[in-house]
Amino acid sequence: MKRLGVFICHCGVNIAGTVDVKSVAEKTGRVEDVAHSADYIYMCSEPGQQIIREAIRERGLEGVVVACCSPSMHENTFRKAVKSEGMNPYLCEIANIREQCSWVHQKEKTKATEKAEEIILATLEKVRENEKLEAISVSINRSAGVIGGGIAGMTAALDLAEGGYEVLLIEKEQALGGHMTQLSKTFPDLHPALPDLLAKAREIERHPKIDLHCYSEMEDVKGYVGNFELTIRKKATSVDWGRCNGCGLCIRDCPVEYVSPFERGLGVRKAIDLLYPGSVPQKPVIRRDHCRYFHDGSCRKCEEVCPEKAIRFDQQDERIGKKVGAIVVATGFELYPTEQLGEYGYGEIPDVIDGLALERMFSVDGPTQGRIIRPSDGTVPKEIVFIQCVASRDPDRYMPYCSRICCMYTAKQAKIYKEQVPDGQPYIFYMDIRADAKGYEEFLQKTIEEKGLLYLRGRVSRVFQDDGKVRILGVDTLTGKMVEVAADMVVLATAIVPSQGVKDLASKLRATVDRHGFLTEAHIKLYPVESSTKGIYLAGCGQSPKDISDTVSQASATASKIQALLSTDQLLQDPLIAFVDENICSGCGICVEVCPYEAREMNSRRGISVVHSALCQGCGACIAACPNFACELRNSSSVQTLRMLETFV
Amino acid sequence: METTTSVEKMDSSFLEEVSKRSGEKLSLCYQCLKCTAGCPTAPYMDIRPNSIIRMIQMGMKREVLESSAIWFCVYCQTCGTRCPNEIHIGVLMDALREMAMEEGVHAKEKNIHLFHEAFIQSVRRGGRAHEVTMLMDYMLRSRDLMKGSLIPGVKLFLKGKFPLLPSFVKGKGEIKRIFEKCTKAK
Repeated sequence: MKRLGVFICHCGVNIAGTVDVKSVAEKTGRVEDVAHSADYIYMCSEPGQQIIREAIRERGLEGVVVACCSPSMHENTFRKAVKSEGMNPYLCEIANIREQCSWVHQKEKTKATEKAEEIILATLEKVRENEKLEAISVSINRSAGVIGGGIAGMTAALDLAEGGYEVLLIEKEQALGGHMTQLSKTFPDLHPALPDLLAKAREIERHPKIDLHCYSEMEDVKGYVGNFELTIRKKATSVDWGRCNGCGLCIRDCPVEYVSPFERGLGVRKAIDLLYPGSVPQKPVIRRDHCRYFHDGSCRKCEEVCPEKAIRFDQQDERIGKKVGAIVVATGFELYPTEQLGEYGYGEIPDVIDGLALERMFSVDGPTQGRIIRPSDGTVPKEIVFIQCVASRDPDRYMPYCSRICCMYTAKQAKIYKEQVPDGQPYIFYMDIRADAKGYEEFLQKTIEEKGLLYLRGRVSRVFQDDGKVRILGVDTLTGKMVEVAADMVVLATAIVPSQGVKDLASKLRATVDRHGFLTEAHIKLYPVESSTKGIYLAGCGQSPKDISDTVSQASATASKIQALLSTDQLLQDPLIAFVDENICSGCGICVEVCPYEAREMNSRRGISVVHSALCQGCGACIAACPNFACELRNSSSVQTLRMLETFV
Repeated sequence: METTTSVEKMDSSFLEEVSKRSGEKLSLCYQCLKCTAGCPTAPYMDIRPNSIIRMIQMGMKREVLESSAIWFCVYCQTCGTRCPNEIHIGVLMDALREMAMEEGVHAKEKNIHLFHEAFIQSVRRGGRAHEVTMLMDYMLRSRDLMKGSLIPGVKLFLKGKFPLLPSFVKGKGEIKRIFEKCTKAK
């Protein structure tokens, strides 16, 4: 018979205010094998832990039940405490009498006290049968993979590489930079976006620790924290980048132009082209859906003109395998599909554009060389209307969340517009102005004061074309009047949504996404950069809409977390996992099917199923599915579970 | 929502003119309503102080200058003291009253500007307002005998708030110069 100890926490009044802790301590103390029972105001405090340690030492305890809050709060605390007295930490169990008892039964004190007793008695049953377990040690690959080469992925990759780790950086476009390459100037300091970004990109391109794969996508992920195996599909660029010297003759001579999504439909690209002028890497790609060679074989201009003979029409997609220990998912955002925004006239009225299109107009390397013009006739718009919260904060029809960057970039765009067109008048329709980061409110107020922006608080009901003007019907709730503006151009601040394909990628990574497709973090406050899958970290707008400052902070946070993870060769894992009784297992393979973590495998030689200890998360799915009761969970055996149940019924 | 403000070309000239005359940065107002919340006369105004600023931003010149609100302001400066953006609405209201008078626009209370003039003249004479002579002046200007105000007037008199003889400030010459300077500036 083991000598057991019971320790009951008051948690201030959280437990003691509802449960009669003294009587519980007394009653549980009378159980035959309970050698010691005590209560204390805060068991997790240092004096509280001291009570446990002393009891173990003086009473020679062989098992401990701490009745307190949820195990997710302090299981670790108490297991460490018992370990310091030489007890195996897995002989310490938590009886949750706060979340599952005192908090939910505040009006029934007597019954809550009875329930607390039963929870403790049941936990004692568990401890009686607990085995001494050791943490599982797994060797890890000390390198990291970063998916997405925007500012988030670039920052994470550089930070990790500077920390001395090998980094694999995968970008689906042909060049680094993500959406930031489309921006002109950034708020709140109005620095041009591109120069700083490209400096960073060039640093990445030549960094000896960074293995950069542009125009590539993650095809498959296997493995677990510390040992991920990635399959990368390098899409065919049709250009031998090793030979290409970036001279640009192919681009000059290519006869095919198509409307470029990068320029938001305002400009064109050649069928062989860079993503943007001065891109990093400065290597062109042939877009096969636009190239004449791939249509009918009628043109080989680029091949003829290339001095390095780098054109490869016959190039195929290539698959490469890589191993990493941790992964940063930095997949970024897209703007809400504008074709679904009929009420704002997008697509129908040429002078209705979105915020990114205006950024392209502002850019000196953009389709208008930095001039603000109406797409319909090329004239300078004198009356310009900005509409905020387009598809954001509209739970009924679009997205319920705030896209967070639009208030600031709209103010910035109105400011830049007013500087270029001093006699022009910007109007901004808004619901609330959210300027919540360092220097933002000041930027906004200063801009409003200096530039005479007219903010109209209210939503727009209709946008329509009339006599060469774009008419906007809306309301100004501050005067309570309907407002009609005859504008030359309308700019929509459309909602931020996750990039296409994130859901698919997330399922490959076994990471979760919310109902909008944003990757979910393990804990919104305490683990904001970790996904719920160990070893997968989140940075940038793939997790939630955020501005550049927040994105960079989050990316650096992932890099710092990963450096801590990779700081040792071995990773210790919880041993509370499934195991197989080899004498009973019939090798039916049902467990392999049901395991969500790919931790079950058939050993064909022995004809039984085995558990991959590094992958198993101890969820219990295989135990429930096994028809022969051959699987069990360590320290949660069926005997233990049944005895616990008997206590309750 | 009775009326629609149609903005073909936004007329910011009213905003610019009022900003210039009052010297207040009216674009900065973010409608926190601190001014209206503390204003002792706001409950009696037809348009609240915060709305006056909004209407100026929207170029609603006629509505603002015709309002009674600009004449109801007693220049207590509570608004200006509390405004987070340092907008002194008292100063603004003064500028609006001047503009209304210049434009010959009258509030619904047709005598309200006469009361204002009687007050200014009283200050001009003695350096501070003298209620008895000021009210007599007003009655003569407006031909309003203020019968309804008789009882409150008697009460104030009994409390010694209506001194029969005016008292003058010491620096009468300075007061005179101030008034000369102001009239010349126009």
